[in-house]
Amino acid sequence: MRIILKIKRYNPESGRKPYEQVYETSANPTDRLLNVLMDIKQKTDLSLSFRKSCAHGVCGSDAMRINGKERLACKTLVQDVAETDGAIITIEPLRHFPVLRDLIVQQSSFFDKYRSVKPFLINEEPPQEKERIQSSEQRSMFDDPTSCILCQACFSACPVFDENVRFIGPAIIAQAFRFNEDSRDRGFDARRKALDTPDGIWACENHFECTRNCPRGIKVTKWINQTKKRISEHKENN
Amino acid sequence: MCLQKASQMRSATLHRFLQKSEPGINFIYKLSIFYGEVFLIHEFDALVIGAGGAGLFAALEAGKNAKTAVFSKVHAIRSHTGAAQGGIGAALGNVEEDKPEWHAFDTVKGGDYLVDQAAAMILAEEAVQAVYDLENRGLPFNRTPEGLIDQRRFGGHTRNFGESAVRRACYAADRTGHMILQTLYQQCTKHDVTFYDEFQVVDVLMDGTTCGGIVAVELATGDIHVFTAKATLFATGGFGRMFKITSNAYANTGDGPAVLARRGVPLEDMEFFQFHPTGIQGMGILISEAVRGEGGILRNKTGERFMERYAPTLLDLAPRDMVSRAVISEIKQGNGIRGDKKIDDYVHLDATGIGRETLNNKLPEISSFCRTYLGIDPVDDKIPVQPTAHYAMGGIPTDVNGRVRRDGHGNFYNGLYAAGECACVSVHGANRLGTNSLVDLVVFGRRAGIHLADFIKHADRNNGKSDAAEEAKNKIAGLFKNKKQPSPRGVDLTDKMQRIMMEDIGVYRNGPDMERAVDALRELRKAYANVRVGDTNKAFNTDLLEILELENLLDLALITAESAKNRKESRGAHSREDYPDRNDAQWLKHTLACLENDSVHLSYMDVDTSLWEPKARKY
Repeated sequence: MRIILKIKRYNPESGRKPYEQVYETSANPTDRLLNVLMDIKQKTDLSLSFRKSCAHGVCGSDAMRINGKERLACKTLVQDVAETDGAIITIEPLRHFPVLRDLIVQQSSFFDKYRSVKPFLINEEPPQEKERIQSSEQRSMFDDPTSCILCQACFSACPVFDENVRFIGPAIIAQAFRFNEDSRDRGFDARRKALDTPDGIWACENHFECTRNCPRGIKVTKWINQTKKRISEHKENN
Repeated sequence: MCLQKASQMRSATLHRFLQKSEPGINFIYKLSIFYGEVFLIHEFDALVIGAGGAGLFAALEAGKNAKTAVFSKVHAIRSHTGAAQGGIGAALGNVEEDKPEWHAFDTVKGGDYLVDQAAAMILAEEAVQAVYDLENRGLPFNRTPEGLIDQRRFGGHTRNFGESAVRRACYAADRTGHMILQTLYQQCTKHDVTFYDEFQVVDVLMDGTTCGGIVAVELATGDIHVFTAKATLFATGGFGRMFKITSNAYANTGDGPAVLARRGVPLEDMEFFQFHPTGIQGMGILISEAVRGEGGILRNKTGERFMERYAPTLLDLAPRDMVSRAVISEIKQGNGIRGDKKIDDYVHLDATGIGRETLNNKLPEISSFCRTYLGIDPVDDKIPVQPTAHYAMGGIPTDVNGRVRRDGHGNFYNGLYAAGECACVSVHGANRLGTNSLVDLVVFGRRAGIHLADFIKHADRNNGKSDAAEEAKNKIAGLFKNKKQPSPRGVDLTDKMQRIMMEDIGVYRNGPDMERAVDALRELRKAYANVRVGDTNKAFNTDLLEILELENLLDLALITAESAKNRKESRGAHSREDYPDRNDAQWLKHTLACLENDSVHLSYMDVDTSLWEPKARKY
């Protein structure tokens, strides 16, 4: 089918402001959008720049805004975003990050926030057995956010960042939750410092856009609210 | 630029720049006085190239004693270890009796006896502690009812030397690799490991037989950097992108092996490339062997469970090389689903008997792939699959401590290490068993990191007489210049290479096809000399990156084809129609291939068969 891609572009070396470029191409309805982008890049415009790697939705390189929604280009088929022949697909870089070039955004602020919540198992006690014993039920408490690939889509989707760039962000709280709820972990107090702040969990306004747009289907808002609840209870009890 | 001269002015400059340096970086200075060229030069004790499982594990070990930097062409957390699905094999014996010795034997037999047997024993024995280490560091393994690490069946893993399938694969749903990558990255965060994300390595600083560091391009700026160190470890992963249908990421272009091969380092057993039998038809996306481990069945167009005819004991859980051959044989006999005998026909992976609960709990990722890419639910529909290029058994030759071999006579490079898929220990021989890639990463990544850290204590800094930075600068500048018109497009050369490799160096091979492939690959390498980078900008020039990657793939494709052409037998993943039998008398030996400009020089190295005598391989 024939599709029209309107891609938001930016080249820091050109001195030109961000602009929109239109590409018309043909694609199969079942093609991955990443392949369409690759095809345009390799055959029409070698300067078109975007990140990519695994091409099947597990590495998190190619998160971008497609028709105004955060998606992974490799996990989006043409038929998911273009219903009829001649359909227009808009493609933009993720919001709330500085754009470095075309669809490539800066990642460092995201990973700075990631590090701030100590996203690793904290437990200085030696294991009782060879492995630390954990029941399937205990494990299931934090299973959902373990599938996060740190693709940053939720940061782009979250409206809180429109007003507050210091917000620690949905994926980061979900990472903290993943460890706080792990029966093997003892790091709740260490992480609380970064979470229990106006720019931490309390900046979340429950827009649910993180959950709605997560390419991995993680219930991010739910884990943010459970984190709020646990920290509130902790404060009441202490 | 000559780095030796550079080092003469280093001490004075060092002192000045130490004052200004950022944490984690010894110092940076720009060198422009003598040569009018500017390179950013950084100094570390150890460099780790690649941030997948092997690289991260090595960095965690090396970082304990040595100033270490990790380089990755993608952000570290995007590494392809994250795509591994089914499990990591270790004889924990949590759900039934198991022993490392059985694991080692299965590895040797699975590798069609081209495995170095003492190394396989190390792999199997150290796998056990490695899995506990990962668990202790937070990896969320699935659990048994007793709360222990759960284990499931995988291809070629047996109890008591081949009696029956054994539950050996420890797993975290079907995202085991993702969880290993996440856990190791978390630990690197904890221990403040220094990362250079989105740096592409383009050369090594070799001074004779000593490696003194690397030359890399910073993708964000296009700047060329020089990193010097006492030791450098390559863990750049696989190179499945030389094939048309592959489970590998775009990033898997064999940069480490190719860069080293161009500096004279031999590559081992490159003819052995694994085709995984169950890639999604047309896309190559991996459908884990764990689907068959949980009860999935391969069926041809009549619905027959055809593996009964090929591997009567292990059936669908026979090793991958055998299952891939069975699939292609069915297709060639017209038993594929379309039945047209064409190479791109497919068979069905029937997971409908597994049940919704197990699919949801233990195989959620592959269920999601089926819904996203095929629009089907594996609970109700059979999955269309075909063999997909998956794993390089061969690579940079190393000993069990990651030291890179110079030849087949026990000589090594100084300060040069490799681990993970880009390396060849060899524990996979002619065919890797499922789950053993993840075992390899953690066992040999760790061992290489430990050995490297020890080496650094006693090693002198050798900044080498290398002109590599100047050469890299000239080479990259050359890629932008006008050449013979019309200049060939990189995408066309890539496409041709991938087709040649898929058709002529694929699951089945024969002399005339491989002869033709070698000639065609030589032509492609000639054509490459006229390729021009079309994007003239510096920041995130992904066109330049792809052209650099293509050179690496073309070099490795030629080495693979030449190594394959010369091995006149069938063993593991190297299956020849004109030499259908294994020939231990003549070919029980490792290939060492040296790239010398346009030709490949082949020599051979003994296999360690100290534990088990090679036998016919039946399942």
